[in-house]
Amino acid sequence: MTTDPTKTTSANRPRRDVLGLAAWTMGAAGAGLAAWPFIASLGPGAEARALATIDVDLTPVAEGQAITVVWRGKPVFIRHRTEAEISAARAVALEDLPSPEPDDTRVRRAQWLVVLGVCPHLGCVLQGQRDGEPRGDYGGWFCSCHGSHFDESGRVRAGPSPSNLPVPPHDFRDDGTLVIG
Amino acid sequence: MENADRTRGLLGWIDRRWPIISFLRGELVDYPQPRNLNYWWSFGFLSGTALLVLIVSGVFLAMHYTPHADFAFASVQRIVRDVPYGWLIRPLHAHAASLFFAVVYIHTFRGLYYGSYKAPREVLWSLGVALLALMIPTAFMGYVLPWGQMSYWAATVVTSMVTAVPVVGEDVVAYIRGGYEVGNPTLARFYALHFFLPFVIAAVAAAHVWALHAQRSNNPLGIEVQDSRDVIPFHPFFTIQDMLALAGFLLVLAGFVFFAPDLLTPAENFQPADPLSTPHLIVPEWYLLPFYAMLKAIPFKILGIVAMLGAILVLFAMPWLDRSPVRSARFRPIYRVLFWILVADCVLLAYAGTQPAEGVPLLLARIGTAYYFAHFLVLVPAIAVFERPRALPQSISAAIMERRASRRRRSHA
Repeated sequence: MTTDPTKTTSANRPRRDVLGLAAWTMGAAGAGLAAWPFIASLGPGAEARALATIDVDLTPVAEGQAITVVWRGKPVFIRHRTEAEISAARAVALEDLPSPEPDDTRVRRAQWLVVLGVCPHLGCVLQGQRDGEPRGDYGGWFCSCHGSHFDESGRVRAGPSPSNLPVPPHDFRDDGTLVIG
Repeated sequence: MENADRTRGLLGWIDRRWPIISFLRGELVDYPQPRNLNYWWSFGFLSGTALLVLIVSGVFLAMHYTPHADFAFASVQRIVRDVPYGWLIRPLHAHAASLFFAVVYIHTFRGLYYGSYKAPREVLWSLGVALLALMIPTAFMGYVLPWGQMSYWAATVVTSMVTAVPVVGEDVVAYIRGGYEVGNPTLARFYALHFFLPFVIAAVAAAHVWALHAQRSNNPLGIEVQDSRDVIPFHPFFTIQDMLALAGFLLVLAGFVFFAPDLLTPAENFQPADPLSTPHLIVPEWYLLPFYAMLKAIPFKILGIVAMLGAILVLFAMPWLDRSPVRSARFRPIYRVLFWILVADCVLLAYAGTQPAEGVPLLLARIGTAYYFAHFLVLVPAIAVFERPRALPQSISAAIMERRASRRRRSHA
C-alpha cells in the first residue's frame, strides 16, 4: 500500500505533531536568544557600572563633621559622629521608633554613619548636612518637602517617611578609606 | 470571507469582526504559488527580513546615539565599548544594511533574468525600483552618523554634487547642509531622515507585496499559471523553503558580525571627523561602488550625476524597453548572454569604483558605464526584434512531467 506523504493521515499525525512542536520550540528558543542582547542593552552601561563602587578618603573628616559624596548619582551622607551622638542614638528605646532598628545594625564602625541622603517618602534631598541647615528635632536630618525628621542614626522619628534612611552597602578598606557599593 | 467560519473560538469571534485570520490564511497559507519556484524566489522574503533586522537594531542604537557633531563619534564608541551587547548590535546593523543591499541586488537581478518586470507586473517592478532608490539615500545618511573622517567627507562629497545644478546649485546645497559646510545641522537632519525613511521603505515594501499578491508570482519558466495543477499552497512547502533560505542568510550575517565586525568600517572612520583634513581616497560602501564609478567616469560634473541617477531611473523603464513577449531568459538565448555580461559589467564598475580616477581604472569605468546604458537603451530593445526564443512549454505542470519523464528514461538507459 502506498500513501501520499503530503497528506495528514491518522498514521502520520503523531509524527507531524512532533515535527511541528520541535520546529515551534526551536523557533521560540531562537527568538528568545535573539531578543536577549537587545533587552540587555537597555541596562546600565559599563561606564555606569564602573561607578557602582567608589572609594572615599575619610582622613580629612574631623569628629562632628559630615560630608556628602555621590554614589550611583545619589547623595550619600557620611557623618563622623561624636561620642554624644552615638550614645544618644543608642539610648533610644526601640519601641519609640516608627521603624525599629538598633543603631549598631546600621553602622560598621560606631563613629561613622553612612546613609543615603534622599528622603524615602518622595525622594527629596534632606537638610542638615551643612552648617545652618535645620537638623530637625532629633539631631539628624530634616526633609523640607514634607517635614520628616531623622535622628543621629538616620532613623525616621516623625513625619510621612515610611522607613529609615537606607544604609548603602559599605565597608572600610583601612582606617582612612571607606568603600561604598 | 469564505474562510471565516473555519476559525472557531475567540479568534473566530475576532475574525468575523476583523477578518485578519482569514486574510493571513488567504495570503500566507492557502495562497497559490507556482510549484516550480526555486530559491532565487526567497530573496524578496530575505529583503523584508533584513529590513526588519535593520529597524529593530536601529531603534536600539538610537536609544544610545547622540546626534550632535561634538558627541556623535564618542557616543558610537560608547555603544561598542560600554553599552551591554553594543559590540553586537552596532555591527549587526552595519552588516544587515550591507546584506540588505546584497539580497535586494540578487532579487533585482532575478527579476531581470526571469522577466518579472513584464506585463502585468510593471507596477510591482516599479515599486521595487522605488525601494532601491529609497534605500540608497537612507544607507548613505546612516553612514554619516558615526561622524568619523569617512562619514564626514562622504557627506561633503555627496552634498557637493548638488552644486552641479546650474544657477541655483550653490544656494540649494546650503539648504541641504544647513550651513556653508557639512556640520552639526547636517548631522541632525541626516539623523532625523535616517530614522524616518526606513518607515517609508516599509510602507512601500507593503505596497510592493500587495502588488505582488494582486498579480501573483512569476516563475522560472515565465509562463502563466493555467490551472490548479500548476500551483501548490504557500504553506507548508514555500514557508519551509523560505525558512531554510533565512537560516542561510542568518548564518552569513552572523559570520560577518562575529568574525569581521569592523569589516565595513575603513580605518579613517576610527578617527573623528576633521573638517580641515581630507582622507586620501574616499570610497563608498561596496554596494554603492558601481554608481560611484559612473560618477568618476564622466569628466563633466553634471553629466556624472545624471549618469548615477540614470542608472536607477533606467530600471523603471525596463518593462517598456524590453518588448520581447517571452519572459524567462531560459528561452531567450541572446538575452541570457547579455544578462550575464551585465552582471559582469556591474562587478567591473564596482572594481573601478574602488580605484583612483586615472589610467586603466578610469578607462574601465568609462567602458563599464557606456556598456551599462547600452545594455538597457540599445541591446535590450534591439534583441527583442532579432532574437528567436526557444519553444515554451505547454504549462508549468507539463514541463515538470516532461522533466520527470526524461529523467526516468535516462535512468533506464
